[in-house]
Amino acid sequence: MVTVTALEEELLRLAGSVPDPELPTLTLEDLGVVRAVHARGTDAVEVELTPTYTGCPAVETMSRDIERVLHEHGMREVVVRTVLTPAWSTDDITAEGRRKLQEFGIAPPRPNRPQASGPVAVRLGPTHTVAGSPEPDGPVCCPHCGSAETELLSRFSSTACKALRRCLTCREPFDHFKEL
Amino acid sequence: MTVTAHTGAALALGDDALVLSHRLGEWAGHAPVLEEEVALANIALDLLGQARVLLSMAGDEDELAYLREERAFRNLQLVEQPGGDFAHTIARQLYFSTYQRLLYTQLAAQEGAFAGLAAKAVKEVAYHQDHAEQWTLRLGDGTAQSHERMRRACEALWRFTGEMFQPIEGVEVDWAGLQTAWLESVSDTLRRATLEVPEGPRSGAWAAGAGRQGLHTEPFGRMLAEMQHLHRSHPGASW
Repeated sequence: MVTVTALEEELLRLAGSVPDPELPTLTLEDLGVVRAVHARGTDAVEVELTPTYTGCPAVETMSRDIERVLHEHGMREVVVRTVLTPAWSTDDITAEGRRKLQEFGIAPPRPNRPQASGPVAVRLGPTHTVAGSPEPDGPVCCPHCGSAETELLSRFSSTACKALRRCLTCREPFDHFKEL
Repeated sequence: MTVTAHTGAALALGDDALVLSHRLGEWAGHAPVLEEEVALANIALDLLGQARVLLSMAGDEDELAYLREERAFRNLQLVEQPGGDFAHTIARQLYFSTYQRLLYTQLAAQEGAFAGLAAKAVKEVAYHQDHAEQWTLRLGDGTAQSHERMRRACEALWRFTGEMFQPIEGVEVDWAGLQTAWLESVSDTLRRATLEVPEGPRSGAWAAGAGRQGLHTEPFGRMLAEMQHLHRSHPGASW
């Protein structure tokens, strides 16, 4: 068990409060991408950041923003290290993060089904969901009107982490943060 | 740079991702519909992210991407083939994403330098494969025109697929099992798309495949010239 000092707790809170550069309503804490902070003495710190997607271009901005915030809070030396293991999953998005996504007009990811072991079990569902669908993941609901009847338009949307869908009830297109 | 088995494997996997990423990027501004343009660019971005991690394991990512000569690249000849028409791009995606998903699944399941990246990337690649399969079904089982063009594309690229199963030194992979699973998966998709599994050779004298040894096809040199010229003309430039 690693002990987390009061200073580290404070630094973790600060790093987590940085807004996501692409979805500024969400913080890095909401996204679950700040993995840990390790204080080195009283004024140096190392932050572990994990990317949502391997090629996520926002990682560099996130790192710079974390550095700036921690410098402003008296840290002389801030090192942000990118870690890939364990791989980030949409299950790392907090309940608060999901609520904010929904509010922002983005359908939050559905929970991934638990895996016994082993790394891979992405199963891609059907393109069209309806209420009470036999799909174990449940439907992707429209963030505008709440309807469960929605269809997939494209597996890739404005960013790699989102898919483009359309609501069949209110006809509005919307982004869906797809399960990873 | 000394090429150990480990850096050699990082180069092979990293060059596959880098070169295919660049080829997919060539669709920007040319894709048949906007959604598809965005999809191909997103897939390219995932691959570029993988390439950056892998090439950084072998050395300086920029030097490796922009300052190596053609013969120093270790990518498969499949990924360097020009985009061709949309059907060629989809056939290449089908062949490659199926391979990459199976390969990364194996790498993710073992202890090794590539396990972390593979575990992460395999989840992204699942979406690439799904994208390619959906398009293969739609084009193969579409109009007479789309069926014919998809058939031509699958056949034209078939001879590049044997090379994927040449063992890469530095990674422990069940290559024979990988090939069996690949053939099964691709054959199943082609069948569902009302397309026939191509019959041409995939290995031997009439097949292609020495990319892992640094031998590349003619279009690759032109692709590299375009990819590298800015960096070579303005060394050290940044935005």
